[in-house]
Amino acid sequence: MSLDKDQVLHIAKLARLELSETEYAESVAKLSRIVDFVDQLSKADTSGVVPMAHPLDAAQRLRPDTVTEVDDRDRYQQNAAAVSDGLYLVPKVIE
Amino acid sequence: MDLYNKTLTELAAGLRDGDFSSVDLTQALLARIRERDPELNAFITVTDELALAAAERADVARSAGNGGPLNGLPVIHKDIFCTRGVKTSCGSKMLDNFVSPYDATVVERLADAGAVVLGKTNMDEFAMGSSNETSFYGPVRNPWNLDCTPGGSSGGSAAAVAARFGPAATGTDTGGSIRQPAALTGTVGIKPTYGRVSRYGMIAFASSLDQAGVITRTAEDAALLLGVMAGFDERDSTSIDEPVPDYVAALGESIKGLRIGIVRQHFDAGLDAECGRKVKEAIGVLQSLGATTVEVDLPNIDLSVPTYYVVAPAECSSNLSRFDGVRFGYRAENAVDLLDHYCRSRGEGFGDEVKRRIMTGTYVLSAGYYDAYYLKAQQVRQLIADDFRKAFAGVDVIAGPTAPTPAFRLGDKVDDPITMYLNDIYTIGANLAGLPGISVPCGFVNDLPVGLHLVGTHFAESTLLRCAHQYQQQTDWHTACPEDFQ
Repeated sequence: MSLDKDQVLHIAKLARLELSETEYAESVAKLSRIVDFVDQLSKADTSGVVPMAHPLDAAQRLRPDTVTEVDDRDRYQQNAAAVSDGLYLVPKVIE
Repeated sequence: MDLYNKTLTELAAGLRDGDFSSVDLTQALLARIRERDPELNAFITVTDELALAAAERADVARSAGNGGPLNGLPVIHKDIFCTRGVKTSCGSKMLDNFVSPYDATVVERLADAGAVVLGKTNMDEFAMGSSNETSFYGPVRNPWNLDCTPGGSSGGSAAAVAARFGPAATGTDTGGSIRQPAALTGTVGIKPTYGRVSRYGMIAFASSLDQAGVITRTAEDAALLLGVMAGFDERDSTSIDEPVPDYVAALGESIKGLRIGIVRQHFDAGLDAECGRKVKEAIGVLQSLGATTVEVDLPNIDLSVPTYYVVAPAECSSNLSRFDGVRFGYRAENAVDLLDHYCRSRGEGFGDEVKRRIMTGTYVLSAGYYDAYYLKAQQVRQLIADDFRKAFAGVDVIAGPTAPTPAFRLGDKVDDPITMYLNDIYTIGANLAGLPGISVPCGFVNDLPVGLHLVGTHFAESTLLRCAHQYQQQTDWHTACPEDFQ
């Protein structure tokens, strides 16, 4: 196993994913297998190779800094589980 | 001939000649979907009312001498394309309750051209899978054999077109998700050049690889549909501002003198021998039309799958961080604090494969591992793109198999992610290099379809479609209909 349970716990926490005990056990095995598989990249000689940023070498396009969107908050908030007065509600953050 | 057997191009002629109306056509297909889809599970949502209303508008427009290039013609959308006022689930519990407030550019362009949308198709959750088995809505079955997968992630679109629920469907392809299901269902699937079709409103998986395309039964239909979908969109920051050629007009040109590259590694031990024979026969047909073949080498192509399984999960872990259970999507109940809210909403809302890819991506991007995995993979990706550049110096297209085997049985590969990932071994290279690719039906092995895969240079969609069309003029594999769906 290239990963242990503590590493998987740490990854899951970084990814904000709650996993059950059985999910952890399975994740350790399957993620280890994936990591072992992608480890074969280390054998490639990439000295001096520029990492790819875009498959067509295109640069990021910029647009003028002007307002193009209209305020349509009420419609967008129809997909939220909890809103009030135009605000999104979440569990209490500050005691 | 029954309407459901007709291609888009044939239906367009029938509508124009007044043989039937758009409403007749839409009703016939909706009835067929209602009756037969329970066997396949190809649809997540059937949009009956919207379809009939659009068909009525199309009939009115036609009788007034108006209407766009797809006026009244039926299409089906993969449920990854945001569709205003319609549930857009991406095959996930996370978005089971999501009704899109806007249209994807692809949806908008087809609607503006007059297309009638029959519904939204089933898919692997967030397009992560090669068998449609990761969908929250259950697997799709292959119309050629109900015990087999139609492939994935655009498996619902491919199964629906193969079963004659509609002549055409949209799909998306990050590592082979249009071409592999097209091969496994005996349909045509094209993944255009990266940036050719807008990604706006197409739910993101791996943004540097994702590209929208179509699944149809003929290259001619694919040309018609792609011509409407393709083109610059200022709302997609990686959309390329290149003119869209008339794909349909170029179909009739001969392929005499076309240089076809054959990659030796694509015919090695990993390929089912019978599939290999069918693909070689298909290349023989292209030779009989005047094309020449030459062996080409892609020395780093063996590293394409591991490269993909670093780059794609890395981008997915970043893209899917937007699902926070706050603004839209699944929300866990009774969270004790914000961290618990995030972890449980995501833990309960995502399925196993999606969680696995998010964690793989989180790991390869995490402190101490970035250089060894992500940076390294982007360098190998450059090597693979260079291999293609060198190969294309001497050839116009590269031909080979789309998938290593015909459709496999549902459940056969679910326990081993690596075996499942290797299904895309021949298709992933095109995504890594941003190249267009097409799969065309080229025969059957054990009564299951096999696909010929053609890859071209950037923006060479026209060459691929022409080559596929010329091949289809000589063969009739694409006219075969699954026995149970005749």
